[in-house]
Amino acid sequence: MVIRNSRDFFAGLLFAALGLAFAWGARSYELGSSARMGPGYFPLLLGLLLAGLGAVIMVRALRRSDTGERITAWAWRPLVAIISANLLFGVALGGLPAWGVPALGLMLGIYVLTLVACLAGERFNLREAVLLATALALLSYGAFVLLLKLQFVVWPWN
Amino acid sequence: MAVELIEHLSLGLSVAFTPVNLMYAFVGCLLGTLIGVLPGIGPLATIAMLLPATYALPPEAALIMLAGIYYGAQYGGSTTAILVNLPGEASSVVTVIDGYQMARQGRAGPALAAAGIGSFFAGCVGTLVLAAFAVPLTEVAFLFGPAEYCALMLLGLVGAVVLASGDLLKAFGMILLGLLLGLVGTDVNSGIARYSFDIPELTDGIGFIVIAMGIFGYGEIISNLSHPAGQRQVFTANVQGLWPSRQDFRRMWPAILRGTGLGSVLGILPGGGAVMGAFAAYTVEKKISLKPGEVALGHGNIRGVAGPEAANNAASQTSFIPLLTLGIPSNAVMALMVGAMTIHNIQPGPQVMTSNPALFWGLIASMWIGNAMLVILNLPLIGLWIKLLSVPYRWLFPAIVLFCAIGVYSTNNNTWDIWMVGLFGVIGYVFIQLGMEPAPLLLGFILGPMLEENLRRALLLSRGDWSVFITRPLSAALLLAALLLLTLVLLPAIRKTRSLAFVED
Repeated sequence: MVIRNSRDFFAGLLFAALGLAFAWGARSYELGSSARMGPGYFPLLLGLLLAGLGAVIMVRALRRSDTGERITAWAWRPLVAIISANLLFGVALGGLPAWGVPALGLMLGIYVLTLVACLAGERFNLREAVLLATALALLSYGAFVLLLKLQFVVWPWN
Repeated sequence: MAVELIEHLSLGLSVAFTPVNLMYAFVGCLLGTLIGVLPGIGPLATIAMLLPATYALPPEAALIMLAGIYYGAQYGGSTTAILVNLPGEASSVVTVIDGYQMARQGRAGPALAAAGIGSFFAGCVGTLVLAAFAVPLTEVAFLFGPAEYCALMLLGLVGAVVLASGDLLKAFGMILLGLLLGLVGTDVNSGIARYSFDIPELTDGIGFIVIAMGIFGYGEIISNLSHPAGQRQVFTANVQGLWPSRQDFRRMWPAILRGTGLGSVLGILPGGGAVMGAFAAYTVEKKISLKPGEVALGHGNIRGVAGPEAANNAASQTSFIPLLTLGIPSNAVMALMVGAMTIHNIQPGPQVMTSNPALFWGLIASMWIGNAMLVILNLPLIGLWIKLLSVPYRWLFPAIVLFCAIGVYSTNNNTWDIWMVGLFGVIGYVFIQLGMEPAPLLLGFILGPMLEENLRRALLLSRGDWSVFITRPLSAALLLAALLLLTLVLLPAIRKTRSLAFVED
């Protein structure tokens, strides 16, 4: 069996899996009847529809005679760098109380986020990244802390 | 009717013309354009990113600023389209064709001015249409029962599928997935927390900002970074002589008028909006025979910029009509506006106009002010936007990630949202890799709870009889329209032009 259109095939697979998962989850809620819909009614309906649709998309991707589109290479480096920059920023702002990691505050968080995010680019230049982080830190302090007065832990010591 | 209209507009103007609100409109337009100009960030991500800036404001000011951000983001998008050959959003896909050709011929200035003037004119007309239609449509809204609301939402969702640039089946899948994600959280009727896995934060549901920023912000950035840089060519050096020549004016005026008319009509339709208006206007311009000495469309004809730009602005104005009168967002951007309004404790719908006329008419008046400001602001500031366009992407994307993260965190001051936006960033990238268009998902997400609630009520009233949707005339008509729209796209001829129209993506 040749998957002609891997993009569509896996999209269909994803839809089907998610649809089934939602429909499966809906079993634990009361279904009710169409006149008195329980909390499980609508999600079950939608989940089954989605699963069916996903199956159709999968079959179509196998049958299609035209050369469908294939999935392009995954960009692991940007993916990992951007998402970890985001997560580390969260750790810096809120700490991880469960593991005893204290909050570092917005300012240090901006440096962490910028340096890690810059790793997503093709070339990494430490000097440039630090300069960028400094500029962003000053801008954010002015805009979010002074001007908009959003609530943050700003420094490690407060 | 006319007297009433003037009364309403003057009430609105008196709200919008206070110095403070004018300032918010200005700041909104400025920020919206500033972010919207940046390549790779569409209006959805722009609005989501700037939303936190409005949290601290009173509702009127917040909405006025949001409207400014919305128009600014759209306007910024067309600037990028013309100068960089990058459509920031679907509605400027057609602007790219002739706009970029004009820029290459050193006529970026007139192209930008045509876009600006066309948008302004269309915005003024659109605002008047909105003001004129608001009252009668609100009265229609009171005739709507739950069955009609369901039918209308279905029509809107079908419209959104038709307009998604990719595959129809996948777009339907995204809508269903969006509807399902919208159901996560506490069910209002039974009080049961659905799909929350005993996580307290999830009982409130998934935040729409989290989804918008994760998918449209992070997902896009990761995807952008996976393409080799350096293919972008910005035509910055040869923007001189902003003002279109007399001949340009003669050619673009009829196009602007046609675009405005088309856009105003198409914008009102649920599921319609800026994209459909722009495509229709471009098709019309293409059909109109060329005057002697005029270059063909596709080779830098000013009509190809002015018409679609006027149409998309008129449509984005009139697409507020279903939202403000019926409370139903007609596209993903409007869905985001619903979320924004809910944050400020405004439930969009017919009751806003009666319970809070100052807010309603103030918003409408501020739309006009916003459009005027954009022309005043943008034409002189074009040099600044061009400078911004030449900022390398490797400096931009960390800043975008930072502003997204800060924005997400400040919605609830809770790191939970940061974890979630990371998750949706990954999901968004998977969507892009699998060629799944995310805009219908956002629309489905906002409509999910509304659709369930109205479906439940409609079937409760009919004692479980599904035929209620076709025995009530209004509901039957709306469903018929949805069916018609669907068959229309499935017709081979239209299917072909549709795929041609989206080939630029």
